Amino acid sequence: MIKIDNLHKKFGKNEVLKGVDLNIPEKGIFAVLGPNGSGKTTLIKSILGMVVPDKGKIFIKGKETQQNGAYRSDIDYLPQIANFPNNLGVKELIKMIKDLRGVNADYDELIKVFKLEPFLNKKLNNLSGGTKQKVNIVLTFMFDSQIVILDEPTTGLDPVALIHLKNLIKKEKEKGKTILVTSHIMSFVEEISDEIVFILEGKIYFKGNLQELREKTGEADFEHAIANLLMKDHA
Amino acid sequence: MLKILKYSFFDLIRSRWSYVYLLFYLLLGFVLLFLNEDLSKAVITLMNVIIILVPLIGTIFGVMYYYDSKEFTELLLAQPVKRSSIFIGQYLGVSLSLVMSLVIGLGLPFVFYGLFQSSAIFDFTLLLVTGALLTLAFTAIAFNIALYNENKIKGFSYAILMWLFMAVIYDGLFLMFLVIFDTYPLDKFSLIATMLNPIDLSRILILLKLDIAALLGYTGAIFKEFFGTNTGLFSALGALMIWVVLPVFNIYRKSKKKDF
Repeated sequence: MIKIDNLHKKFGKNEVLKGVDLNIPEKGIFAVLGPNGSGKTTLIKSILGMVVPDKGKIFIKGKETQQNGAYRSDIDYLPQIANFPNNLGVKELIKMIKDLRGVNADYDELIKVFKLEPFLNKKLNNLSGGTKQKVNIVLTFMFDSQIVILDEPTTGLDPVALIHLKNLIKKEKEKGKTILVTSHIMSFVEEISDEIVFILEGKIYFKGNLQELREKTGEADFEHAIANLLMKDHA
Repeated sequence: MLKILKYSFFDLIRSRWSYVYLLFYLLLGFVLLFLNEDLSKAVITLMNVIIILVPLIGTIFGVMYYYDSKEFTELLLAQPVKRSSIFIGQYLGVSLSLVMSLVIGLGLPFVFYGLFQSSAIFDFTLLLVTGALLTLAFTAIAFNIALYNENKIKGFSYAILMWLFMAVIYDGLFLMFLVIFDTYPLDKFSLIATMLNPIDLSRILILLKLDIAALLGYTGAIFKEFFGTNTGLFSALGALMIWVVLPVFNIYRKSKKKDF
């Protein structure tokens, strides 16, 4: 579904990605993990075409990604920070993104699940951080694309919303979608992900499922296994 | 592009600052017209306000809008839309909402004043066209500055410095140069130097139209001498348009290569 070949990216002198090769098959939830500054966000932004790679190629559904961004109609993306035009209402924003995509969007159900009805006509700058994140989630999941990319989806959510989010992700998985998640909340990752992609210093350091991770590190607990991966290299 | 333009325009015309800007022009227009007996004097005063204030507001709004909508721009960049249409759309949203405040804010007082019966309608139209072009130019320059600077504070400072340079410092340097080199023929130099600053250019444009170019002294006289009033008018207008086209083209170019 997503294939990445020898991806390099430098920001000034800072080499963030140093030759990433990654093959993400169809179906399943893939967690992209790594310490701060390891290149997770850069990797995701490269897939989306927001960062222009120095070297390397990215293929989505077997086709190389193009400058004009038409391939992005196959991807739903949840950005890390939810910030919207201050003077638009929630409803207008939903309509705007739907307009831009030019496809059908199914948001009534999502609005109900996240209890956003009272905010529909409110201006976005009057909403709290958590409510904005809920709007963000609605904007992402209202489309029915093959690939879903979630960058820190849990930010600012209350426990109830978090449960709804997990259900939503699982539902999308059952539809046979490819879902890419980054998160620093290890319990969340452990609960939802099928496979872990661990990035360290700009390279793929580990790729496999939870069982393989436990075997490799010799730690039964997921959080400790990840910490183990981190410490071994930085000790 | 039109869709992005539409929504950023809607977003902006509902912002409190757009209303403040509009009210300011309404007030200014009414006060100048109804407390001033002489219409052409009112136009000149308006011109003096416009050529300083319009660039400042265009610069500030441009930079602020870019930085303020940065995260939302990232969301837009993940949609199947071309990059250039996102940025050009946002740019047009900002500049057109400012142009609208200007045209309505100054237009209403003039309509009440009975502009359509007066002979000053062309002077006044030119004033609005110049204001619109200045808005388009400075918003575009501000977008450029913001595109090149990730750091908000830096970008904001550069933008304000740019305005200060164009509106104040440039004239000082220009004048100093004329005084120091006054034994040399300076007509070509002053023509070119005027073309290189959109604010000076606008001033010349309006003064030429009002046929009081002599007021401006040296540069105005040279403009008139070189072009004659009509040619001078159109070449100044053309140069001002270049000041819009070039920065907009650079937004298009830069946004294609930038990492977000």
